[in-house]
Amino acid sequence: MTKIIEPDKQTNIFRRPSSEYGFWSWITTVDHKKIGIMYGYAAFFFLLIGGLEALVLRIQLAQPDNNFLSAAEYNAMFTMHGTTMVFLAIMPISAAFFNYLLPLQIGARDVAFPRLNALSFWIWVFGGLFLYSTFVFGTAGAPEGGYLAEEVGWLGNAPNGGWFGYQPNAGFKYSPGTAMDYWAIGLQILGISSLVSAFNFIVTILNMRTQGMRLMRMPVFTWMTFAVAFLLAFSLPIIAIALFYVTFDRQFGTTFFLTEGGGDPVLWQHLFWLFGHPEVYILILPAFGIVSEILPTFSRKPLFGYPAIVFAGFGIAFIGFGVWAHHMFASAISPVAQAGFGISTMIIAVPTGVKIFNWLGTIWGGKLNLKTPMLFALGFIGMFVIGGLSGVTHSIVPADTQQTDTYYIVAHFHYVLFGGAMFGIFGGLYYWFPKVWGKMYNETLGQIHFWTMMIGFNLTFGPMHWLGLQGQVRRTWVYAEETNLGFWNLIVSIGAFIIALSILIFMANWIYSKRKGETAPFDPWDARTIEWTIPSPTPVWNFSKAPEVKALDDFWHAKYDEDEEGRAVRRDTADDLLIELEEEGLNPKEEIVLPNPSYFPFILASGLPFLGYAVIYKTIALALIGVTLLLIGSFGWATEPLEEEFKTKEEEE
Amino acid sequence: MNKKGLFKYKNFSVLSLLFLTACIENAPMDSLSPAGPYARQIDELFWLTFWIAVAVFFIVQGALIFSVFYFRDMPGKPEPKQIHGNNVLEIMWTIIPVLILAAIAVPTVRTIFDLAREPENALKVEVIGHQWWFEYKYPAYGITTANVLVIPEDTPVRLEMWSNDVLHNYWVPKLNGKRYLVPGQKTYLNLQADSAEEFWAQCGEYCGLSHSKMRGRVLSMSQKDFENWVTNEKLNAEKDLAEGSLAAEGQQVYLNAGCTQCHVINGVWDVQGDRIAPNLTHFANRNVFAGAALKNNKENLTKWLANPPEIKPGTFMPNLELTEKEIEALIAYLGTLK
Repeated sequence: MTKIIEPDKQTNIFRRPSSEYGFWSWITTVDHKKIGIMYGYAAFFFLLIGGLEALVLRIQLAQPDNNFLSAAEYNAMFTMHGTTMVFLAIMPISAAFFNYLLPLQIGARDVAFPRLNALSFWIWVFGGLFLYSTFVFGTAGAPEGGYLAEEVGWLGNAPNGGWFGYQPNAGFKYSPGTAMDYWAIGLQILGISSLVSAFNFIVTILNMRTQGMRLMRMPVFTWMTFAVAFLLAFSLPIIAIALFYVTFDRQFGTTFFLTEGGGDPVLWQHLFWLFGHPEVYILILPAFGIVSEILPTFSRKPLFGYPAIVFAGFGIAFIGFGVWAHHMFASAISPVAQAGFGISTMIIAVPTGVKIFNWLGTIWGGKLNLKTPMLFALGFIGMFVIGGLSGVTHSIVPADTQQTDTYYIVAHFHYVLFGGAMFGIFGGLYYWFPKVWGKMYNETLGQIHFWTMMIGFNLTFGPMHWLGLQGQVRRTWVYAEETNLGFWNLIVSIGAFIIALSILIFMANWIYSKRKGETAPFDPWDARTIEWTIPSPTPVWNFSKAPEVKALDDFWHAKYDEDEEGRAVRRDTADDLLIELEEEGLNPKEEIVLPNPSYFPFILASGLPFLGYAVIYKTIALALIGVTLLLIGSFGWATEPLEEEFKTKEEEE
Repeated sequence: MNKKGLFKYKNFSVLSLLFLTACIENAPMDSLSPAGPYARQIDELFWLTFWIAVAVFFIVQGALIFSVFYFRDMPGKPEPKQIHGNNVLEIMWTIIPVLILAAIAVPTVRTIFDLAREPENALKVEVIGHQWWFEYKYPAYGITTANVLVIPEDTPVRLEMWSNDVLHNYWVPKLNGKRYLVPGQKTYLNLQADSAEEFWAQCGEYCGLSHSKMRGRVLSMSQKDFENWVTNEKLNAEKDLAEGSLAAEGQQVYLNAGCTQCHVINGVWDVQGDRIAPNLTHFANRNVFAGAALKNNKENLTKWLANPPEIKPGTFMPNLELTEKEIEALIAYLGTLK
């Protein structure tokens, strides 16, 4: 019956893998949906680890002068918490959404370069594993000439220079041992992964849109993906260069950041934040996109000011490259630079405000269906506004010199990246759950998850505002009892465990619903965009035939008309349309050619950690293994047959 | 506020109440309790922005919460009007924030340049960052000290700062904002205290293992007390102590156990140039030591001298394997360094 086409297994010695199920199907897949799912699970795994690291930090800080952790362990934990959450949790969870949804939203069969997509995933996996292998192989210790009372345990042998890796503290002289090498080279590998996917998504969005999907008809999530891809493409080369400098300083005795050799530690700050600030928007823009999908659907109204939201997103992305020195207002920069970057930081609040007001305009006058995704989207607005407003107080440079390096900043960016990005992401996970798994999540558990997380989140990060303003410095292993900061720190620690509880509820919901949830209809939310015109779970071929798009929110307009008052009226044909779409989606009429799986992205990616180890341990054998894997990977990739003889199962029968 | 008013402005007072209960009393590092003109200037700017932010907060969250209750789906609710946007509104909510921000930008920029200006007739002090303590030099008087910065009240002080190793960040919350200490570059910060008081300081930037214990004190005192302090600091330490006393024994421990490798006591063991550890000439006059992580008392000194890395992980002061007796003698000697 089905017309899935299989490659002929006999035609070539470079046989392409053909498993559709099981372990090898996941290793060799080039299907954007499978890659998206793998990104999601792997990133969630790292999110849990990063969360555990945060809990350990909060136990240490629950009391003044606590000694639950040693200084070395504490420093390693906060470094790994930051690094993990940024590079191994939020970025890849966003990538999971990009991968799964982007082709569906633009009506494509897959991304432009499916094997490259797999490559970027596997490089990310190997980069993450390489970074985390520091807990097994890495070493850290006191600066040259310094003394420690006790051995650094395995927990302390992780990178300890901060996720920001400020030089020269993270250099070889003040951070001896190999742990910071794992950090620098690990991030380098992860950066390659992001660059690869950035170009893939840019090409996909520009070239793979279905008929009628003009740019200004694209869903906002696709637009934000587009903006993020450009941010990645322009910001990652900066950190790549900076990380090469660090690695050269640490391994080969250069002095890019060492004053003794004519280098400049402030240069690292500039390079890092010139990447680091666009990175903030890399983390938040996907959530902007997700929320812009959820709000109209659950308000049963179009997105208010679609062009304004799109252009504001690009405005933020563009101005995001001109505000980096606001991370350095207390550093060695001149008053002129302080004034300039203070004003540019104020300016970036304007497009951000435009987005928020447009979202409010979207729900205003709507008919709000307060399901879990909507709760998270609304929670996102509320929390992100708080983070945005505290952000404006940072642009007041003199005030920022009081706030910088305190818990006030920690509060600010957790309101933006947790209350913002993560709330958006959770909303998205619930929203598209039915599309991915063909099952409905449990609504009651979802609502409990939202409220526990909301309470835990505010209990954790709310008090940090005044803790910071009243003197708690960041990245401190202990604080003195006389600072009188103990009470609120205890509250914060309790809040952190409530967040942990909410995550457990989320996981329980996920596992339960995926197995025993109700079967999901293919359009459970009466949604607006074309990914909801296909069956749930998404068939392997996505669309049976390339859809033709006639308007923004095409699916909604196919279902609804407007009366004289401008109110939505369901078309008589809507029900028939849905039945027709389901029938059509499950039974493609034309032959479908899907990209073939491949071993080579995995093989190519597996060479990179060996090269990393080779640099750290200066071992030629490891370098040879790495280069060999890279060569096998790329030659195999280039020479495996691009097109094979296909025959349908029907013909076989 | 009377009861009626409290009800009338329910939301507002609940927030203020929350804020007041939230505020931590007697926090020595409180940036919201300025005690000098520079910190006060920053404070005023902060509260201006804060109240604008509070207003925006209430408008946006109010609209959000109102929408959730008023527009939520209820049985019999008609389908909403399909509104795609409104250009007038778009322009308004672009222009109004711009105007508000422009209004904040003006005093911000003025304050930036105000704070950066070198005050006239300022006392100049050099601040040198070390892992993990602050060293202070008074070029006008030829004084070198550590951990406790002594300044005259009501007088502007100009700090000229750099670092000896990694990046540090000098912060006395009640007197001014932060400024980095950078190796190979000089940075500047002004301080001024209204009255005689003891202030807390701390390194803001993560600077390695014992960053959390890189603290400090700023002691402001009357002009007269300050002059006395300067006169005393200029004196060398007594070299010849009463023979047979515990302090004299301690001096021998000091000279023989290796302390002189890193420390200087003027008049007892002079060296040309800098040493990597604090100058101890007037150690007994400082109320804190070990990067201001410990109060200067016998109990803490015993703990410290027995095993410094236990208290400050990564410290450059090794465990010298001193005996209890040696430690006691050494503490007696340090007590004479007034």
